[in-house]
Amino acid sequence: MIILGAGTAGTMMANHLHHHLNAGEWEIDVIDEREEHYYQPGYLFLPFDIYEPEDIIKPIRDFIPKGVNLINEQIDRIMPKEQYVSMVNGDRLQYDLLIIATGAKIAPDETEGMQGEEWQKSVFDFYTFEGALALRNKLREWKGGKLVVHITEMPIKCPVAPLEFAFLADSYFKNKHMRDKVEITFVTPLSGAFTKPKATAALEHLLEQKQIHIESDFAIESVDNENKTIVDYGGRVVPFDLLVTVPTNKGDELIARSGMGDDLNFVPTHKATLQSKDWPNIFVLGDATNIAASKAGSVAHFEAEILTDNIMRYVSGEPLKEEFDGHANCFIETGNGKALLIDFNYTHEPVEGSFPFPGVGPLRLLKESRINHMGKLAFRWIYWNMLLKGTHIPFVSTTMQEAGKSFD
Amino acid sequence: MERTIAGVTIQVNEEGYLTDFSQWSKQVGNDLALEANITMSPRHWEVIDYIQTEFKNEVPLSIRKIGKSGVVDIKEFYQLFPMAPLKTASKIAGIPKPASCI
Repeated sequence: MIILGAGTAGTMMANHLHHHLNAGEWEIDVIDEREEHYYQPGYLFLPFDIYEPEDIIKPIRDFIPKGVNLINEQIDRIMPKEQYVSMVNGDRLQYDLLIIATGAKIAPDETEGMQGEEWQKSVFDFYTFEGALALRNKLREWKGGKLVVHITEMPIKCPVAPLEFAFLADSYFKNKHMRDKVEITFVTPLSGAFTKPKATAALEHLLEQKQIHIESDFAIESVDNENKTIVDYGGRVVPFDLLVTVPTNKGDELIARSGMGDDLNFVPTHKATLQSKDWPNIFVLGDATNIAASKAGSVAHFEAEILTDNIMRYVSGEPLKEEFDGHANCFIETGNGKALLIDFNYTHEPVEGSFPFPGVGPLRLLKESRINHMGKLAFRWIYWNMLLKGTHIPFVSTTMQEAGKSFD
Repeated sequence: MERTIAGVTIQVNEEGYLTDFSQWSKQVGNDLALEANITMSPRHWEVIDYIQTEFKNEVPLSIRKIGKSGVVDIKEFYQLFPMAPLKTASKIAGIPKPASCI
């Protein structure tokens, strides 16, 4: 059994499978070229001096169970027909079963001018550790002006993170007594703040309250470094003094080298079983898939529980279960120590209600509250101590619950 | 809900997208375009034809994909269907609003 990638999804699978597979029959390898695990939700807090770098980086090895081989080498490509993984150092690693958990990365080079001379001077990303840290340093000394928070194109990892960034920026500048010197604009290729109508209405109300202007249906063509503007294909122009952009997100290059991805290097995957559409002994989870679920840690967590069951069925020759429902559960930081919580799946949009206990809570869905914010901060502990290790999170079901929610 | 356009009755959702592609005709598309202030030209129809083919093949559409289709580049796509071209073109083509991944 080979797992490609020791990020959130790959690490969870290593832990689950180590528990479930017979150690006498199976050898489990996990391959990742990095030695450090980054807590990606922390990238949102780093720029605002809420988290320090040491809160979000730990050694990968600490989370891989003993008995699983961690291989710190670069992968060249997958040879699915021949059933081996070819390494940059020339090694060939044969597999019976392969799990792809190679995630998604930003690709700023997809947009003309994005990595121009203003890159990391007045144009920043916060989807990488380096980007978030450079942005923190910039924000510490920034005197104000036009802040533009921008999404290049969908899909992106954690689709609500750019909105959260705008909300947190509002409270950050308020606390620094300079909110009146900053104009915040949220620029999105979508027709509104979010993709689902009820959450969009709630979030747009918050944007208005916080005096954050929204420019929707904006498909960026280029970043004009000289005039400090972003330009869309329709000729619309948005000026900035500080641009915080989420570049195009793509699957890993190794997927393209292996000829296994779509035009964004995401792997065609069956949306309910998580089996590769092309190769029965390959399974895919997390950000690496092309399924229409959010690219988020909570999704990878729910997928990992279902995929473990399916892999056990696959190895004992039973039919796979079509169980994954696209379940996502996300806290949305709204600034000033408050947050929203949304819970949804492929077919049900986020609505109001209570979570995880129907009618009780204590968390409130789609409503701002302090306890939701506490939940988001507590989540970092849960992530390092339970989630990565594959421990089931009490009371949170793998598929979405309909009870306790107000659907029309 | 029901509405009448180009002399026929069609089923649309609250945003005006056809809910049954079999009710679409070129005349329906033409009149939907006029409502969006677009006068259809042969070039417009080539793009609509491509979008409908992809829809029938169950290929999810995105602006990026259309830009790489070889049928039209993104710049021209915006010139043909200004503002939100994929949404406008989908409405004229009688197919559902493109589901942007979340």
